[in-house]
Amino acid sequence: MVALLKELRKEVTIVLVEHDMEAVFALADRITVLVYGRVIASDVPDAIRRHEEVKRAYLGEQHVVVSHG
Amino acid sequence: MADTAPLLEVDGIETCYGLSQVLFGMSLSIRVGEMVALMGRNGMGKTTTIRSIMGMTSARAGSIRFGGQEVRSLPSYRIAKLGIGLVPEGRQIFPNLTVYENLVAASGNRAGNADPWSIEKIHALFPRLAERGTNMGVTLSGGEQQMLAIGRALMTNPNC
Repeated sequence: MVALLKELRKEVTIVLVEHDMEAVFALADRITVLVYGRVIASDVPDAIRRHEEVKRAYLGEQHVVVSHG
Repeated sequence: MADTAPLLEVDGIETCYGLSQVLFGMSLSIRVGEMVALMGRNGMGKTTTIRSIMGMTSARAGSIRFGGQEVRSLPSYRIAKLGIGLVPEGRQIFPNLTVYENLVAASGNRAGNADPWSIEKIHALFPRLAERGTNMGVTLSGGEQQMLAIGRALMTNPNC
């Protein structure tokens, strides 16, 4: 699916709703993050990955803490 | 792709299901050739954002402009005709149409794209859909349904 979307994006403009985070971060030019109907962040993937509020709300801050021992 | 004006601009929309408000000033902007992802846990408003853009659940405030035109209050078929293709959640394949019929039912090149998507191009992209052309939508596997949903949206030749 990622390979297909990479091809299609050459021809079409795409808004993507996808739960596979790896796919989202691999594909999107920008990511808009919603929490209870409000946008808490809208930025390029690298910035979203580092965004504190996004980490708390979505990416799972605990996992980040655990991975750092 | 040199065009930097947003193709789709969602600005401060508020969308409700009855008394239950789901979107609170949601904004989103996408330029030609971009891919923008919506991220959020279940119930945060991703599907509702898509439904609002497509006019399936119209936003009651804010603005949705596609190609500079306000579409917030338009019915879904008008929005689709302007050139927004949808690959819906759950695929929503017409079960009682064949694969071929699913592809051509809403096909067209309303935006006048050069080198538009045709049945031949879709079959080249998804050979499986050519093989299953005369099969009914209801008989498809999940993966085939996803191909068909993508092919069906491309066959409308979205304005991009």
